[in-house]
Amino acid sequence: MKSKSEGKAVDEGFKEKEKKDRREKLGYFLASFAILCIVWEAARAIHLVNPKLFPSILSVLKSCIVMLGNGSLQRHIYGSFMRVVVGFSIGIVLAVIFGFLIGWFRVIRLFLDPVINFFRSLPPIALIPLMIIFFGIGETSKIIVLVYASFFPALVVIYQSLVSLEPTYIRAGKTLGATDMEIFRKIILPQLVPHIITACRVSLGVCWATLVAAEMIAAQRGIGAMMVEAQNFFQMAPLVLGILMIGAIALIMDGIVRTIERRVTAWQEKLS
Amino acid sequence: MEKGIIIDHINMIYSGIVGTFEALKDINLDIRPGEFICIVGPSGCGKTTLLNIIAALLKPTSGRVLIDDRKIHEPGPDRGVVFQQYAVFPWLTVRQNVEFGLNLSANRRSEAETRRIVDHFIELVGLEDFEDSYPKELSGGMKQRVAIARAYAVNPDVLLMDEPFGALDAQTRQFMQESLLKILDQEKKTVFFVTHGVEEATFLASRVVIMSTNPGRIREVIPVEIPYPREAGIKTTPEFIRIRADIEKVVREEFQKQRDGSSSH
Repeated sequence: MKSKSEGKAVDEGFKEKEKKDRREKLGYFLASFAILCIVWEAARAIHLVNPKLFPSILSVLKSCIVMLGNGSLQRHIYGSFMRVVVGFSIGIVLAVIFGFLIGWFRVIRLFLDPVINFFRSLPPIALIPLMIIFFGIGETSKIIVLVYASFFPALVVIYQSLVSLEPTYIRAGKTLGATDMEIFRKIILPQLVPHIITACRVSLGVCWATLVAAEMIAAQRGIGAMMVEAQNFFQMAPLVLGILMIGAIALIMDGIVRTIERRVTAWQEKLS
Repeated sequence: MEKGIIIDHINMIYSGIVGTFEALKDINLDIRPGEFICIVGPSGCGKTTLLNIIAALLKPTSGRVLIDDRKIHEPGPDRGVVFQQYAVFPWLTVRQNVEFGLNLSANRRSEAETRRIVDHFIELVGLEDFEDSYPKELSGGMKQRVAIARAYAVNPDVLLMDEPFGALDAQTRQFMQESLLKILDQEKKTVFFVTHGVEEATFLASRVVIMSTNPGRIREVIPVEIPYPREAGIKTTPEFIRIRADIEKVVREEFQKQRDGSSSH
């Protein structure tokens, strides 16, 4: 049997390795983006792309600084961010509630499964024209599209994971004297947390992709609106800046969810 | 406190599309308080089904199970179960696993008493140094010791063990068998233990029940009259070898019957 001190030493070695892994990952992360920048500038230099139509890194940075200076960039990012937060939150809460109902009650599952599959395969932006007629071009129609975008992927992940739960744990709980409510709270819920987080990651991605499309159609604020405005005035630097912002924010959001995931699923056995 | 189990005319018939299957036929067994019963027999003889019926995880087609002269209806903390697949909750630490049953409304204790009980059983199974580890950090034998401590913590009258050491390597299995007997020596329980291993059954049991298959019924009950406490050393004594051979003979006959039966189909 391993002694306590030995266990600690193993633990520390493990942490050391983790730190090294993280530094290595950061290195590759920076290197890959550096190469991207070089390719960008090289493509302009050798006229692979028309330099008039595709701005230099410097001019994009300049427009970034100008827009930060007059506050318009913050305004657009804030606008997009709030829409995603509201739409995504409502969508996830609904998905968890309906996911449980569908996963738990066979009749509801059989009844709703075909309908869910229909709506799931419908791209959220297909709803935009209808929503604009129903709710106008204000926030409501955009939020509803985002709720829709985050709801269906999360719903499927959650109820599938409920259906595939390990029955032995529930049996073990019963033999220890757990009531149905205790089985739900203390055995089913903890097993679902990792799946709910996976659902969040998937939904957040879909949500973000849908948002920009929705903002391109009708909005005064938001990154999508900012890009349409730039396109109308043929301002290439803010247009490319918009693209970069979308990528960067999506990356940061995913990073946040992944950090939460690491914290709450420390007990899980990882393959890597 | 240990209590007796009466298995009274249990029948279990599964009916499906392809017909009915008689998993258990007229099973009667009177297990005295503090006895260690091992059930052996070819696979498909209904050993695990019988265990699940005693645990009330399965309902028999007919018949009843009495614990301390009381008919059982549903699973409960009076019958602790240790499963083959460990079934230790992976999202809880060793300590939280052992504590699990005590925090349920069915067996709630005071905080101080919970701590005392949990400390006691973690020590009894020798996992003091791992109480804050998650199951993924433990070996199979250690996981099964957590499961035993968890079952013990709610103070069941009987322990039902479904091939608990089946997935372990030979050395660990031997160690676990000895540990189990040591634990039982300190904390007496009535044990119903399902196994494939004749040697394991002989080493652990006060009586070995041999089952035959299709339909699953009790073929023979062989007492193992070797006094407890037992240690690995007894496995080489002539008495042990003789009893083991007796059991082996009946099991082999049953196994042969099963093979002949299935090849004639």
